Amino acid sequence: MIWGKIMWITKLQCLLLLTCAKMEQLWIINYTCMERTNVNNPEYYHKVVDCQYACPAHTPVPEYIRLIAAGKYTEAYMVNWESNVFPGVLGRTCDRPCEPACRRGRVEEEPVAICRLKRVAADHKSSIQHLLPSIPEQKNGKRVALVGGGPASLTVARDLAPLGYEIDLYDDQMKGGGMMRSQIPSFRLPAEVLDEEVDQILNLGISAHFNTRVNSLRDLMAKGYDAVFVGTGAPKGKDLEIPGRHDAGANIHIGIQWLASVAFEHIHQIGKKVIVLGGGNTAMDCCRTARRLGGEQVKVVVRSPFAEMKASPWEKEDAMHEDIPIIDNHVPKSFVVENGKLKGVMFEKVSPVYEDGKRKLKPTGEPDVLIEADDVLIAIGQENTFPWIERDLGLEFDQWGMPIINPHNFASTVKGVFFGGDAALGPKNIITAVAQGHEAAISIDLYCQGKDLNERLEPRTKLQSTKMGIHEWSYDNYVAADLRYAVPQADKSETLRDRKKEVELGFDLKTAFKEAQRCFNCDVQTVFADDKCIECDACMDICPTSCITFTYNEEDEAALRQKLLVPALNLEQDLLVSGPLKTGKVMVKDEDVCLHCGLCAERCPTAAWDMQKYLYNTAKAGHHCYV
Amino acid sequence: MSYTKPVFHHPHLTKNELGYTKKDYEGSLSTLCAGCGHDSISAAIVEACFELNIEPHRVAKLSGIGCSSKTPAYFLNNSHGFNSVHGRMPSIATGANLANRDLIYLGVSGDGDTASIGMGQFCHVIRRNLNMIYVVMNNGCYGLTKGQDSATADKGSKAKAGNVNPYEGIDLCGLAIELGATFVAQSFSGDKSQLIPILKAAMSHKGFALVNVISPCVTFNNNVGSTKSYDYVREHNESLGRVDFVPLGEEITTQYEAGEVKEVKLHNGSEVLFHKLRQDFDPENKIEVINALQKARSQNEILTGILYLDNSGVELNDLLNTTEVPLNQLSEKELCPGSAVLSEINQGYR
Repeated sequence: MIWGKIMWITKLQCLLLLTCAKMEQLWIINYTCMERTNVNNPEYYHKVVDCQYACPAHTPVPEYIRLIAAGKYTEAYMVNWESNVFPGVLGRTCDRPCEPACRRGRVEEEPVAICRLKRVAADHKSSIQHLLPSIPEQKNGKRVALVGGGPASLTVARDLAPLGYEIDLYDDQMKGGGMMRSQIPSFRLPAEVLDEEVDQILNLGISAHFNTRVNSLRDLMAKGYDAVFVGTGAPKGKDLEIPGRHDAGANIHIGIQWLASVAFEHIHQIGKKVIVLGGGNTAMDCCRTARRLGGEQVKVVVRSPFAEMKASPWEKEDAMHEDIPIIDNHVPKSFVVENGKLKGVMFEKVSPVYEDGKRKLKPTGEPDVLIEADDVLIAIGQENTFPWIERDLGLEFDQWGMPIINPHNFASTVKGVFFGGDAALGPKNIITAVAQGHEAAISIDLYCQGKDLNERLEPRTKLQSTKMGIHEWSYDNYVAADLRYAVPQADKSETLRDRKKEVELGFDLKTAFKEAQRCFNCDVQTVFADDKCIECDACMDICPTSCITFTYNEEDEAALRQKLLVPALNLEQDLLVSGPLKTGKVMVKDEDVCLHCGLCAERCPTAAWDMQKYLYNTAKAGHHCYV
Repeated sequence: MSYTKPVFHHPHLTKNELGYTKKDYEGSLSTLCAGCGHDSISAAIVEACFELNIEPHRVAKLSGIGCSSKTPAYFLNNSHGFNSVHGRMPSIATGANLANRDLIYLGVSGDGDTASIGMGQFCHVIRRNLNMIYVVMNNGCYGLTKGQDSATADKGSKAKAGNVNPYEGIDLCGLAIELGATFVAQSFSGDKSQLIPILKAAMSHKGFALVNVISPCVTFNNNVGSTKSYDYVREHNESLGRVDFVPLGEEITTQYEAGEVKEVKLHNGSEVLFHKLRQDFDPENKIEVINALQKARSQNEILTGILYLDNSGVELNDLLNTTEVPLNQLSEKELCPGSAVLSEINQGYR
């Protein structure tokens, strides 16, 4: 009986002290109904903007998509440039973690083509010279060395130069861009686009030392820099040590090195029959490049099943479109060499077996298969390598030869030496390198100013009503039913002839507008004011995706999730819970499939709902504001 | 301002036995004022039809004139509809019902359409026990003409502009019981947990079913001093207890203590369960019901729930012995049986 009473009391949301006589212990039961959601936490509304939340650099995606729809390409570009530094490059090559996260993908079939809309902004912007940050003539007296000229280093340069730092950038390539230049083929990323965005940064007064390899961190530090940033990437392609590997070495190439040799025009051709080993995006770049260098029968052969390949789905599609078959479940056993000449590769056929959630490749017992080849490209992964860092500097490495790096502030174990990009936490992608560059720049700035590295800067946020009239909003709240538009491609007969001819043509402006209109504007938040609600249920009745429920509160979130109009089963998505209303009920909104159409606010008689635009910008070094 | 609803719906909407989701019972986007109680009633009708597995084409929506009478556009887009003349919805319903007794007739009216211009029609359709559901969306004012007091406005109720109503208000439920209605319920648009089972029971009742729903007019009659505002109705709502509707074929699984629940079987085999009934109240005893209504009125209480239920009534089609087969399914031969039959009929009157 006492329990019955306790349950009742606890409904009143109180802290209850209960003495358990039997166990002679004092139990403190902290009972709470689901509390009112704390929307003052900057991460709450940020999380609702799925695309932005999923982006490592947290680019305000809906904000720039709206600008594109409004024809403001320059402004859209600058929103990107502040956040991800390389909009033109990323609009073509990004791994787009935003797209699988896009709410549209949970409501209809396909997410908004976020990545390719970014490219529209980059392609159609006007001059941005006057919008770039001014560089103080009076420097702040601090010198920073950047090792490597890739996306991470360039981001650090971009963030620190406006603050008055003197920056020296070292790279062994003849031009900046790092892997964006050496590993991404020109038919995906034209050199002009890359040059423009690299130069935008180098022109901020960066002293770039190209064709200069840093061979000793000790010597570099001896030059008296206040801080050193290491952004040297993961420059070593993995080799495949199977029988025959060294008998026909001339026709067996490491993928990323081969791509770099093509990019810097040391290699101009390849054999007619080519095998690419590996299933990642590098493998896709290798096979498509091979097609352009004379490869007529190019095949990708991969150990894993097709569906589990690491390559992005669209990269696989593009490869297959260029008549490149992808042969899965084949494990390379040996290189077959006859009379000193490569004949092909012998493969064992396997099939995947799943035990305890782990995949194993079991031989099928079928006879091995010989696939003939004149050349083989090995694209099975890449590694970090730091031969130039002396091991007695106090910079600690782990058992795998990776430097020990703080994943929040990117500091190494030597004061003043920071890492970022693939060099820091292993190979990822450009947008991750940019995000890490921003964090490292903040750390370098804090370090040079003698501040605590762990006192990270807060994001800049702004929540602003979009109300323009009784039922008018400053954003276009109409929900377009259009399906995703495909990006047109240049004809295969043309692109396969010219390695530098870009395959994707980009959206024309009319299609870009229509694609932009598919965006739900998830950054326009449904903000609820408990004290204004009269519980007329109008919002609950109108919500097209049944997100809103007025109900009695529950002790735990799981129970509350179950009793909503449509149970909230997507646990990755939060519930917006109000405080108690007049009748004792609460308003619960499941953020999962909200269309941000504003109908709840339009049907609300007391403006308890308001549509408010939430802008979230991650902090940049020195709290510098670019747009 | 939005004029259409987005086409998307929640990907995990449940389906009823017919394979329809609630979306399939919805209508166009409402043009009523934001927060109008009528929209909640529309939503309750959608929910009731969804839960009863009613095929939308088996429903005929009928209405007169007024804010309430616009609502059939906002629910059951796949049903039949007739937006008739002011106060004349019962006539249309009678004609349609006599021509085809297979459909579910859902009349929607307001307090003006019912208690003023349509009062005569209202009384006579009750007397005749037409098999229909008659929903009154009762907000106590003429919302469409800027909120003048209607005939159901309570005496002493204050309008938005401050004037106090000097006239007695018409109690539609009391009147309906007096006139011999066989199903009389009263509810509140802001309490769907009560309204939905009432609507389901009304739709399963054979005979005339009045559902009088207090539905606040947010624009003209939701002020302090009004007896039809959200706040007033919530404060003075005297519920007769929870009503459960149990469709035919579903078993009542919960055990109740004697006297806790009263079960009433409807014509189609489904059952209505009355919970926590008051000692002095039996929904099948007309005299007790009238007493309870008068008592509530004197105490400024609004009695809600299924007030009265009489399963012994004979609906109009059975009284008149009309054809079981809808007229539109009869052939010319049956409809015009010829002069021999006519003279035989005439002979019967000589």
